[in-house]
Amino acid sequence: MRVGVLCSTKWGTLDMVAQLTTGERQLAIVVLSLVALLGLAMAAAGRADPIGVHGFIVLAICCGLIFVVLGAYYAPEPSPERLEHYYDDPSKVGIVLTMAWAVVGMFLGVWVASLLAWPDLTFDAAWASFGRLRPAHTSAVIFGFGGNALIATSFHVLQRTSRARLPDQFSPWFVLIGYNLFCVVAATGYFMGVTQSKEYAEPEWYADIWLVVVWVTYFAIYIRTLARRKEPHIYVANWYYMAFILVVAILHIVNNLAVPVSFGHAKSYSVFSGVQDAMVQWWYGHNAVAFFLTAGFLGMMYYYLPKRAGRPIYSYRLSIISFWGITFMYMWAGSHHLLYTALPQWVQTLGMTFSLILLVPSWASAGNALATLNGAWHKVRDDATLRFMMAAAVFYGLTTFEGSFLAIRPVNSLSHYTDWTVGHVHAGALGWVALITFGSIYCIVPWLWKRERMYSARLVEVHFWLAIIGTVIYVFAMWNSGIIQGLMWRTYNENGTLTYSFVESMVAMHPYYIARAFGGLLFLMGAIVGSYNIWMTIRGEAEVAPESADLPEPRLASAPGE
Amino acid sequence: MAEFHRKIERNAMGFVLAIVVVASIGGFVEIAPLFTIDDTVENVQDMRLYTPLEQAGRDIYTREGCYACHSQMIRTLRDEVERYGPYSLAVESKYDHPMLWGSKRTGPDLARIGGKYSDAWQVAHLINPRDVVPESVMPKYGWLQRNALRIDDLGEHLAALRDVGVPYTDDMIANATQDALGQAAPDGDFAAGVVKRYGQATQVRAFDGDPGTITEMDALVAYLQIMGHLTDAAYKQAAAAEPAK
Repeated sequence: MRVGVLCSTKWGTLDMVAQLTTGERQLAIVVLSLVALLGLAMAAAGRADPIGVHGFIVLAICCGLIFVVLGAYYAPEPSPERLEHYYDDPSKVGIVLTMAWAVVGMFLGVWVASLLAWPDLTFDAAWASFGRLRPAHTSAVIFGFGGNALIATSFHVLQRTSRARLPDQFSPWFVLIGYNLFCVVAATGYFMGVTQSKEYAEPEWYADIWLVVVWVTYFAIYIRTLARRKEPHIYVANWYYMAFILVVAILHIVNNLAVPVSFGHAKSYSVFSGVQDAMVQWWYGHNAVAFFLTAGFLGMMYYYLPKRAGRPIYSYRLSIISFWGITFMYMWAGSHHLLYTALPQWVQTLGMTFSLILLVPSWASAGNALATLNGAWHKVRDDATLRFMMAAAVFYGLTTFEGSFLAIRPVNSLSHYTDWTVGHVHAGALGWVALITFGSIYCIVPWLWKRERMYSARLVEVHFWLAIIGTVIYVFAMWNSGIIQGLMWRTYNENGTLTYSFVESMVAMHPYYIARAFGGLLFLMGAIVGSYNIWMTIRGEAEVAPESADLPEPRLASAPGE
Repeated sequence: MAEFHRKIERNAMGFVLAIVVVASIGGFVEIAPLFTIDDTVENVQDMRLYTPLEQAGRDIYTREGCYACHSQMIRTLRDEVERYGPYSLAVESKYDHPMLWGSKRTGPDLARIGGKYSDAWQVAHLINPRDVVPESVMPKYGWLQRNALRIDDLGEHLAALRDVGVPYTDDMIANATQDALGQAAPDGDFAAGVVKRYGQATQVRAFDGDPGTITEMDALVAYLQIMGHLTDAAYKQAAAAEPAK
C-alpha cells in the first residue's frame, strides 16, 4: 500500500523521473529539445560573442537532462496512489541546490572580500578580477541560494497550507530547473564580462526573457494550486510568497527593458538613461530587497517558525498590518539610494519619508515572530534550529531599524558610498535571509526525507554559532570602516581644507577588510558544516512513517473536525 | 478590518489584483513624472555625444564592473564638491544607457576624472595600479592592452543606442568603425572624419601610446578622459555661483 511513498522518498534521479507519467516524460523531452534548439540558435547567431558560449552551455545542459529523462523513459507508469501524497521531489532537489549555491556564493564572497585586503590574490585573467567576481557573488547568494530556497520551500508550504497537491508534476520541475539555468547563465556570463551593470539585475536580455517565462509558470503553479485548495482561507505565508512572485515580476520586467545590439550580441542598452534610469534601477534594487529578500523569506518564517515552535502565530491582525504595509510602502522607498544626487528633491523626500514609516510594518512582522515564541523559549534554548529562526527575526528587526535610520538625509550623507551600506546589507543577508533559510531547511530536511531528525544536532549547533559569530564580526567590521571612511572624507583642518586624501581613507580600511573576510570565512564554514549535515541526513537509512497529518485533502476530507 | 480581510483572503485572484494595485502606486507616482516634468533634466545646448570609441570604452567599464567600486555622481555636499569638482547634473548622464552613478566608493568618484591625469598615467595605472599608487587595492587590467578592440560592430551599437533615444545620425552609424580607428590614430586617414562628425572638442590621440593598433585600453582611456566633459553646464553653474559666496 505504501509502495508509492517508499519509491518517492528514495534519493535517486531515476526514481524521480519514474514518478512522472509517460505524458509528462514526453512533455519534458519536447520542452528540453525546444530549449536545446534555442541554445543551438544562440550558438549559431553568437559565434565570437559570449552569447554563443551561452548557447553551447544551454545546449549541453538540455542534452544532459534529455539523457536523464530517457534513462527512465520506459519505467512503468507511477502508481495512482502518488496523488494521495504531496509532490515533494522538486523541493528536495531545490534544497540540495540551495546548499550548493550557498557554498559557491559564499566562497566567492570570501574571495572578493580578500581581494580588497590583498588585491593580488587572483590570477592574471579577466574572469578573476574583482569587478567580474563581485556580481557572481551577489547573484550566487541572492538568486542561487535565496531563490532556490524560496522555490523549494514555497512548493512545500503551498501544498500544506492549501491541503492540495501541486497541479501537475512537470511545471514545478520546469520552474526549478529553468530557474537554475537562469542562474548558471547569469554566473557564467559575469566571468565572460556579460553584464548590464544594473546592480542585482546584471544578467543580459536573453537571460531576462527566459526568467520571465519561468516566472509566469511559477505564478501559474501558485494560482492553480490555490484554486484546488481545500482550505477556504489563503494562509499568511502564501500572501508573502505571492507578493514575492508578483512584484518581482513587475520589477524585473520594467527595470530590464532594453534593446539588444542584435540577436547575435549579448550586449543590450537599457531603454532608460541618466536620472530616470537611476530611479528605475533603485526602485528595482530596493524592492528586490523588499520582495525577494524580505517578503519571500517572511513567507518562510510565517510557516516554519510557528510549526517548529508548536505555537500559532501571535497575532493575525499584526500579520495583516505588516503585510499590506510592506507591500504598499516599500515601493516608495527606493529613492533613498539617491539622496543628494541629481534626482529631483521631491522624489528624494518621498523616499526618505516612506523609509521611516516602513519601520512600523517591519517591526510588526519581527515582533509578531518573536511574540509567537512566547511560551516556547525553552525550545529556543535547546533547539538550534528554532534558535536560527529566532535570531533571524531579531536581525530582521535590527536591520530594518538600521535601514530606516540610514535613509535619514544627514545620516545618509555620511553613510552613502561607504562600507556602512555593505554592512547593513550583510546584516540583512547573513543575519536575516541566511539564518531563516538555514532554520527552515533544518526543519524541512527530516520532514521531506522522512527522517526522524537531522543527522547531527551538534553540527546544527556548530553551524549556528559559526553563523552568528561570522555575522557579528562582519557587521562590526563594516560599521567601523564605513563610519571612519565617511568621517575621513568630510574632515576639514583648521585652514578650511580637506584633511585626508582619498588614499589615506582607503589605507585606514585595511584592518577592517581583513576582519570582514574572516567573518565571511566563518559564515562559509558554517554553510559547509550545514551541507555535510544535510547530506548525511539524506544518505541516512532510518525511514519513519510520514506524519499522518502530512497528506493532502483526500484523506483529510473524511476526517471530521478538520 | 480583520473581518473584511477574511473575505479578501478567500479569493485568490482578488488577492493577486490587490497586491498588484497596492504595490504599483509608489513606483508610478515616483517614476512617471520624471519623464514628464521638464526641469528634471536641465536643458543645455552644448551636450555632446559619446564617440564610437568612447562608447566602446564605456561598454568595457560596464563589462569589468568598475561601477562596483567607483561612483559617477558627485553629491551636493561641500566636501564632495571640494574633493571631486562641481556636483553632478542630471543632464550629464542624459545619454548614459544605463547610468553608472554607482553606489559604493571603494575607489574615488570618477564623474570628473577626464583630463585630471595624462593618458600615460591612466595606462600605467590600469596595467598595475600599485606602480603609480602603492597603497591601491584596485585590480590589474593588463589584458586591456593586449586585447584588440572589436570595432566591426560599433555601427550596430550606435544604432541600438539610437533606438533608445540617443540622437546618432545615419552618417555617424555608417562611419562608426572608421571613427573609432580615426580617434585612436591622429595621423591616420580617418582622424578628420571623427572630428567633423563629433565636433572640434573631440580628443584624437593614441590613447594607449600605440597608434598602430586599436586596443581595449584605447577605448577605456578615451572614455575616462571624456568623463565630466560632455557639457560645460556644471562648471558654468559653479562659476556663476562663485561671486555670490
